[in-house]
Amino acid sequence: MLSINGLHVSIQDEKQQAKTILRGLSLHIKPGEVHTIMGPNGSGKSTLANVLAGRTEYQVHGGHVEFNGEDLLALTPEERAARGLFLAFQYPVEIPGVNNMYFLRTALNGVRKQRGLSPLDAADFLTLVKAKAQEVGLNEAFLQRAVNEGFSGGEKKRNEILQMLLLEPRFVILDETDSGLDIDALQMVAQCVNRHRNAQRSVLVVTHYQRLLDYIVPDVVHVMVNGRILKSGDKSLALELEAKGYGWLEAGEIR
Amino acid sequence: MANNYLKEIVNKSYPYGFVTAIESDALAPGLTEETIHAIWEKKKEPEFMLAWRLQAYRHWLTMTSPQWAHIQYPAIDYQSIIYYSAPRANKEGPKSLEDVDPKLLETYKKLGIPLHEQGRLAGVAVDAVFDSVSVATTFKAKLAEAGVIFCPLSEAVQTHPELVEKYLGSVVPYRDNFFAALNSAVFSDGSFVYIPKGVRCPMELSTYFRINSAKTGQFERTLIIADEGSYVSYLEGCTAPMRDENQLHAAVVELVALDNAQIKYSTVQNWYPGDENGRGGIFNFVTKRGACRGVKSKISWTQIETGSAITWKYPSVILQGDDSVGEFYSVALTHHHQQADTGTKMLHIGKNTRSTIISKGISAGHGQNTYRGMVRMLPTAANARNFTQCDSLLLSATCGAHTFPFVEAKNPTAHVEHEASTSKIGEDQLFYCRQRGLSQEDAVSMIVNGFCKQVFKELPMEFAVEAQKLLEVSLEGSVG
Repeated sequence: MLSINGLHVSIQDEKQQAKTILRGLSLHIKPGEVHTIMGPNGSGKSTLANVLAGRTEYQVHGGHVEFNGEDLLALTPEERAARGLFLAFQYPVEIPGVNNMYFLRTALNGVRKQRGLSPLDAADFLTLVKAKAQEVGLNEAFLQRAVNEGFSGGEKKRNEILQMLLLEPRFVILDETDSGLDIDALQMVAQCVNRHRNAQRSVLVVTHYQRLLDYIVPDVVHVMVNGRILKSGDKSLALELEAKGYGWLEAGEIR
Repeated sequence: MANNYLKEIVNKSYPYGFVTAIESDALAPGLTEETIHAIWEKKKEPEFMLAWRLQAYRHWLTMTSPQWAHIQYPAIDYQSIIYYSAPRANKEGPKSLEDVDPKLLETYKKLGIPLHEQGRLAGVAVDAVFDSVSVATTFKAKLAEAGVIFCPLSEAVQTHPELVEKYLGSVVPYRDNFFAALNSAVFSDGSFVYIPKGVRCPMELSTYFRINSAKTGQFERTLIIADEGSYVSYLEGCTAPMRDENQLHAAVVELVALDNAQIKYSTVQNWYPGDENGRGGIFNFVTKRGACRGVKSKISWTQIETGSAITWKYPSVILQGDDSVGEFYSVALTHHHQQADTGTKMLHIGKNTRSTIISKGISAGHGQNTYRGMVRMLPTAANARNFTQCDSLLLSATCGAHTFPFVEAKNPTAHVEHEASTSKIGEDQLFYCRQRGLSQEDAVSMIVNGFCKQVFKELPMEFAVEAQKLLEVSLEGSVG
């Protein structure tokens, strides 16, 4: 599904100085697998999520990313989306004046067109979106509001998961989707992700906390420090991190 | 932004830039008292009109063009302009659509304004003004049944001189400003609307202005009177051919609302904006004002300004009647080298008068966009209220947005609120939309339309869709 080899990425800071964030990161995810990336603040987790989705302000200096046999980095963000890559944003943006329902329908029909399916008409879409909204526990009233405008943190995250359910992507990146969620919302989000899982779909969970992994059980856990994967293991690694923190791993890293 | 490929997308050319080859009956360029006599004679107007036109002209000679707006343009040579041009007709004037030159009908068809009554805009009565004269008015019979008068102003001067004499210049006197004085002296046509007491106009009224001839100025004048308890919704649209030289458009619009009357006036302005280097385009210097003379009357201006090289325009409301309401909703878009200095004046005189101003400015390319507004609460305006919101959206690093609000409250019970914002189109918003599969252009269009939504929802249904499409065309290739 996804194969990252030796990825080097930097970003320009406010003083126009290049700041290196990813330093030779490699990661391989097979269809059907759920991987988790954990790591301290500033280790580059969200940068990785954004680079995979195609944000343009990052500079890639080296390495290669293959997505189902294609060079992912050569594609525009919308082309990546069309190929089934979905990013659930850490901070979903507000788009004033754009009706949420209209936005969701435009996105879905765009994806359907790419897949050679006919667009859904307003009535069919309404039935579908209402069912999905219920599944993620988002009140229907939010469908009639502007995209994310005035939504609480939890409502924004539910709206992200709603989009995941509608667009049925093959590869999902959850960028700290658990932050700002209470325990009920967390469980509901996890259930949706679990239902979405199948042998063809992969998930990359970026998180600070072990908590989410009680509900979305990963196949592989990676620890990212200073722009690189330092250690990989199974779920027990996440528990070990929870108990010991990141310090014992960082101490071994030569800076 | 790294999306350089967008810069390469050639802007869709102005689709209305064609010229109709039609013989015209025009005066020689230049402006003297003889020119005014000639126009007056051609229009076969009553005596009072000549006196008024000449007064305006003599006053105009004493004035200089205003310099305070945030716009730059070369001095206009008023002696090189043709002040009257009309498509040559065999007879006195078209009695019905069958008498209209087929070339003219074809022109309006190409513009998407069919003048046959079962056209796309069925349910909308259209008055078509070509250069200096009105060439056709549709649905006259149906309107007459309701007692509504909708005809060219040149016709109203002859058929209803008492109404014209009473109201013409009563809202915008010829002394008002340089361009209003010029218009009063030389205007040749425009639309006239009278809605009788208690009548709700049975359809939307619309005037479509077209400049065709080269070197010709367009000086139309519109007068709308809504008698007690009546209602009318009126829309104007405008286009012009693409030419390298600038052309002047100096119109005047006057609205009068008596007790409990309502006038809703919408504009979709799409005069030729000039090319991407700022060559050519219409200079649009327009005076629009409404008077809420009666109690509980209401005047609402909605404008979508996407065309013209220069827009200088401040549709205003004089809130004279107690409990009267004034509204101004505006979207102004400047792209390439366009300049817009636009806004409104709300003059609160009566008690409990209310006004709302919503202005959305969008700047792209090297466009300069200025909001200029004035809210005045006179000592008599007890409990008057105003709410103003002006937002600016910048789509490039080379464009500009400016806001000049002026507020004066001379009554202690009056209340004025002002909100303003300026934002660059969000990278985060664009990326969010693209991550969900929208193309860059669709994302820009969606975000801009969202930004304008408060204004679009004020437009009559048929035109809201047109306005959105217009914005899409005008914005093509604007982000990069």
